[in-house]
Amino acid sequence: MHNATIKSLAADLAARKFSSVELTRHLLSRIRALNPKYNCFITVDDAASLKQAQAADDLRAAGRAGPLTGIPIAQKDIFCAKGWLTTCGSKMLSSFISPYDAHVVEQLNGAGAVNIGKTNMDEFAMGSSSETSFYGPVRNPWNADNVPGGSSGGSAAAVVARLAPGAIGTDTGGSIRQPAALSGICGLKPTYGVVSRYGMIAFASSLDQGGPMARTAEDLAIMMNVMAGFDARDSTSLERAREDYTGEIGKAVKGLKIGLPKEFFAEGAEAGVTGAVAAAISAYRKLGCETVEVSLPSMKLAVPVYYVLAPAEASSNLARYDGVRYGHRAQDYADLTDMYKLTRAQGFGQEVKRRILIGTYVLSHGYYDAYYIQAQKVRRLVARDFAEAFRRCDVIMGPTSPTTAFRLGEKVDDPVKMYLNDIYTIPANLAGLPGMSVPCGFDGSGLPVGLQIVGNYFAEAKMLGIAHQYQQATDWHLRVPPGCEG
Amino acid sequence: MIPYAAPIFKASLPVFMALTLDDVRRVAHLARVAIDDAEARAVLSQLNDVFRLVAEMQAVDTAGVEPMSHALDVTQRLRADAVTEADQHAAFQSVAPHVEGDLYLVPKVIE
Repeated sequence: MHNATIKSLAADLAARKFSSVELTRHLLSRIRALNPKYNCFITVDDAASLKQAQAADDLRAAGRAGPLTGIPIAQKDIFCAKGWLTTCGSKMLSSFISPYDAHVVEQLNGAGAVNIGKTNMDEFAMGSSSETSFYGPVRNPWNADNVPGGSSGGSAAAVVARLAPGAIGTDTGGSIRQPAALSGICGLKPTYGVVSRYGMIAFASSLDQGGPMARTAEDLAIMMNVMAGFDARDSTSLERAREDYTGEIGKAVKGLKIGLPKEFFAEGAEAGVTGAVAAAISAYRKLGCETVEVSLPSMKLAVPVYYVLAPAEASSNLARYDGVRYGHRAQDYADLTDMYKLTRAQGFGQEVKRRILIGTYVLSHGYYDAYYIQAQKVRRLVARDFAEAFRRCDVIMGPTSPTTAFRLGEKVDDPVKMYLNDIYTIPANLAGLPGMSVPCGFDGSGLPVGLQIVGNYFAEAKMLGIAHQYQQATDWHLRVPPGCEG
Repeated sequence: MIPYAAPIFKASLPVFMALTLDDVRRVAHLARVAIDDAEARAVLSQLNDVFRLVAEMQAVDTAGVEPMSHALDVTQRLRADAVTEADQHAAFQSVAPHVEGDLYLVPKVIE
């Protein structure tokens, strides 16, 4: 049952082929066996998961089951879950038992989903490799010497290793799409404001967006139906009517106009990546799609803009970790300022401190206009590029990441090199557009490649339908990493 | 807006101003992060690498461009000035490092 999709598990649960308790027990035993190798999970709580599974089975017996009732979903440890250790991959929160649920967690619980565990991640979601976690690096199930991508690397690795059929993640500069690509699964970053950020530990608030990760686009759609929606507790949550994200699953893609930004194909991507992406685009042509070249001329400015905006917002958001109300507090200190300084020096890892320093500098007196305001202006240029491109096409496609999964330790000491790994994913965050990654093949070393699909605002259902058609024609998402077949 | 207008770079590129060790110490103090000299030195070169990258963006002519803070340019919602939260101080203070009599305890700041 661990190879089954959310959709087929739901059908089997409905047909009483097995119970949620049986399914949950099975996945917990797989986690026990495989997690020591991949380090996908920070917290697994058998009793809590099984209690939810039993409640889901009871809900079903009462005739009140929905599409996610009894389905185990892994949760990135950035989402507050009441009664669960919620660490955000940081020593700072290594003893934080959340007193409340994030909106997304509340929605999943309300739908009867089972929290199968809290997944490992880059500390405070700052990273592209899941190596900066206080709990040690996550390893890629396709090759344990390589990273799974990040920051939602634990969620991605858990889904591809068949430890969970789906997971939730967050994406500030690519943190859902890039690990989905490097681990060989599907991941969707919705339009900014579609999924509530309430209870999702803040990194860069104008960019952060939660989303689903699973093995098929159809499963992402099923998860979106539960996760998305207006929430008054997030001041940037959009007031929109409920939408059925499965609405375009099964719709033909004939006549679809695919925009190929020349900057996505210019240079910099590995041959194994460009080859697989080109083949995927050919597959779409065979399905009757047209392709048109478009341009995103400001794209190369996206990474520099991001590394002003995200650290600036992070330095402000992370000011709350002062050792007073929750989280780590230093033991020995001279006075209050000393307590703050030592608490933060001990509680945060190197990458988080680096970004706090960058952010504090760009927001400091005399630099605000030159950095933050200038970055917000260039951000608009990036968004305008997309608006122009979408006059000529329905969706944009290209690689999700310029490389496949790289070796552990390869980039961790060179921040700029690590940052440039997100060159194709950051533009959609800056523009607030929905973006997703779909498995589209493997490179010469047997590592997965992701095809990125970027749509116009609120085009999630359409994009999921487009990805679904590709998955009907290909079987990349059915490949199982060696050792995970079970 | 001309379709596919490439970003225009200012004629005179701002000279990349490298941070100094004193900048790092000052910023670390502002951010309330203790940092020793060895750490400050190590982080200095990494920060300068990042700011060298950031300089590319600073060179763009953005005259007349409005700063963008929300993708859909929505503004913050207002709500009625009414109490919506229940008192949960016991739950919230249960995760605090040091609490006494419902108060968060910190080192003495007034002599």
